[in-house]
Amino acid sequence: MTENGGALRDQGSRWYDGEAGPLIRPYALTGGRTRPRPSGVHLDLIALVSLHRDASMVHGDFRLGPEHRALVELCRGETQSLAELAAGTDLPVGVVRVLIGDLLERGCVTASRPVPPAQLPDERVLSEVIAGLKAL
Amino acid sequence: MVSEHPDTTDDDTTALALKILVAGGFGVGKTTLVGAVSEIKPLRTEELLSEAGQSVDDTEGVDHKVTTTVAMDFGRITIRSGLSLYLFGTPGQDRFWFLWDELSQGALGAVVLADTRRLEDCFPAVDYFEHRHIPFVVAVNCFTGARAYGAQDVSRALDLDQGTPVVLCDARDRDSGKEVLIRLVEYAGRMHTARLLNSVG
Repeated sequence: MTENGGALRDQGSRWYDGEAGPLIRPYALTGGRTRPRPSGVHLDLIALVSLHRDASMVHGDFRLGPEHRALVELCRGETQSLAELAAGTDLPVGVVRVLIGDLLERGCVTASRPVPPAQLPDERVLSEVIAGLKAL
Repeated sequence: MVSEHPDTTDDDTTALALKILVAGGFGVGKTTLVGAVSEIKPLRTEELLSEAGQSVDDTEGVDHKVTTTVAMDFGRITIRSGLSLYLFGTPGQDRFWFLWDELSQGALGAVVLADTRRLEDCFPAVDYFEHRHIPFVVAVNCFTGARAYGAQDVSRALDLDQGTPVVLCDARDRDSGKEVLIRLVEYAGRMHTARLLNSVG
């Protein structure tokens, strides 16, 4: 790798840049798992993740890594969407899904389910949204 | 579903998040619009392309799989504590269509941003939402210097279904962006009610 990289550098071109993506494969953080462990759990981008009252257990669990703890810290302030957690930890959404799955499994966090298309919010909520937007 | 926590249901009733997509051609101002109305600076998430992207990214003779990422910008508007609106700028390139399926799952509706100088750029988005019966409005971003067309002209040029709102807007302007969202939510409400009535009658 170094030799290769060196050779390329000698040619005056960098073999990596921002566009090349991460140098560590993203799913290395999840031990190669690409799907959340609790089967059937699908976390939407706007699934809201909140901290469970027993979240302190995260510190004693050696199977959880610094990324898990970073996610817990982010949720400590306020309920966060999956998208915000991904942006906050600078990790790809797919990786955060797996990590949140681990936390769900341990009961450290709870997550809201995606809204089924047929059950979009009722009129009352929509009027509230319109009024809220007007008041912005 | 089963393994989620029993107290999840409590959260469902107290906290609700709604999703609105912002689609349109490359460089039409999607992120600008998200930024104009969002209370937070637009954030960026990355989605990994694995199996789904494989067929697209598969290059013959390359024996190792390269993971590609696609970025999505998003913003948030808090209506009140426990009710927030998330706006997602959809990836512009056609080869990321499959991501739209996930994004549009459970979405309240979509804004299709259009530029009258390159109206054809928004055709795929219009098609996509029409076919899936996802409520959308067309927001014409009135770039300075772009020849102004009326909402009627745009509606006709896009051959929109009757009732699909067309709004002229300035994606950089907060009030203008708010107006677009209000029109969308109103329209989504009307579509939803119509659908309920249809299913009953």
